Amino acid sequence: MPWIDACATDDIETEDLIRFDHDGRTFAIYRSPDDEFFCTDGLCTHEQVHLADGLVMDYEIECPKHNATFDYRTGEAKRAPACVNLNTYPVRTEGGRVLIEV
Amino acid sequence: MTGIVIVGAGECGTRAALSAREAGFEGAITLFGQEGGMPYERPPLSKSDAGAVVRRAICTEDTLDKAGIEYRQNIAVTAISPETSRLSLSDGSDASYTRLLLATGASPRLLDCIGSEHAQVLRSYEDARAIFSKAVTGKSAVIIGAGLIGLELAASLRKLGMSACVLELGPRALGRAVPEILANRLVLRHRAEGVNFRFNCQIDAIASDHILLAGGECLPADLIIAAIGVTPETELARQAGLDCNNGICVDDQLRSSAPDIFAAGDCAALRRPDGTIQRFETWRNARDQGDLAGRNLAGAEARFSALPWFWSDQYDLGLQVVGDVSGAPSARRTISPDNDILFWLDADGRLIGAAGLGTGRSAAKDIALAERLIEAGVSSSSEVLSDCTHNLKFLLKCAKAA
Repeated sequence: MPWIDACATDDIETEDLIRFDHDGRTFAIYRSPDDEFFCTDGLCTHEQVHLADGLVMDYEIECPKHNATFDYRTGEAKRAPACVNLNTYPVRTEGGRVLIEV
Repeated sequence: MTGIVIVGAGECGTRAALSAREAGFEGAITLFGQEGGMPYERPPLSKSDAGAVVRRAICTEDTLDKAGIEYRQNIAVTAISPETSRLSLSDGSDASYTRLLLATGASPRLLDCIGSEHAQVLRSYEDARAIFSKAVTGKSAVIIGAGLIGLELAASLRKLGMSACVLELGPRALGRAVPEILANRLVLRHRAEGVNFRFNCQIDAIASDHILLAGGECLPADLIIAAIGVTPETELARQAGLDCNNGICVDDQLRSSAPDIFAAGDCAALRRPDGTIQRFETWRNARDQGDLAGRNLAGAEARFSALPWFWSDQYDLGLQVVGDVSGAPSARRTISPDNDILFWLDADGRLIGAAGLGTGRSAAKDIALAERLIEAGVSSSSEVLSDCTHNLKFLLKCAKAA
């Protein structure tokens, strides 16, 4: 799998996320409260709503539509209505850039 | 059959069944549904896209199997005997329970005028199919009731090329649940999309192809829909002698007046500590009360305290409301020209409610934060809340650190 240069580390605020689209797919890239970076699929597994408008609190992302929550580090679905986990992807940072392997 | 029995396989009943198992209950769990097919979500029914009605399952058959939940579809529970803990079923058989949950939901209110049977109502998947099968470009729809379901249907039918006219008995749209400022913005948008509104409008009679208004005017219509609210399904509970008052009365553990019988979701009238009674008709309440009822059926003694929360989608606008939004708002935060968040403070300056309307999900993050601020009992001021430079997450972090 190739590593894709997704954004600058400064593009994402601490404890927040951005949307990243690549090659017909859409992802969510997160910056945790301790400034680690993570990447999951962009759409909630419940109703295919993009998570980019959702709220990041600690290590969870809440879907903006029905408040399903996921642990964005593992993709684990934590609260109904979502029962299917999010796919996660490896992330590394290099020279102020965020790279994802998708 | 003993163990947990749940009457009603909507969002609430299905969630309760799964939640009871997740809470570690090891006995039998039986879920009765009057309709056929897998339990499904109702919110998509009013938001048909391109004329297709979406039947989104709440869970798969596999999920129910793995949880060891017996789902009995197309069966109605016709009577409950609390003295003997037995149920009568529509197929003539009976069943017993150790603990029972009534998640019977609500039914659409019917108009009480001549010809009211000509108005379609929306509650089930079959209702939605009946409505959208008549959604033909160029034909006319008249929707009675400017509530959330009425307006969502108006938006869906306009998108399909029907003309749409909304008749409302009251002086404005969404008078029951949505703050006037946001309701007016939604009505403006509907008007821009070509929807007609008539407020303070009284109906004399309905026929298959027209509506007769008080005053004598006749409105022709190819499709007539009544969306004038719902009545809680309390018949079973009433016959069983349970206390009912605009819903099945429950305490904050969702227990009814009979031992071992709980009620949750649209049908439950929750008695709050201050003695007031609240009944919620939202998808999220169905999920939250179902979740809690499931745990209590399994033996927990959890108390219900979740805030009211709902959303509505109309055209590309998303509305979200949390907490108590009655009366005039205390603050208005304009995030962009088409994204307003309103806040309500109580007399002590504590945040008690918030409502947002914006394009897509643009209001979602602020409403999610407002919900946490309300839960944390945070006080603020109109000045701070009106000012976009004051970050709501920062307020929450400060409150938690204090």
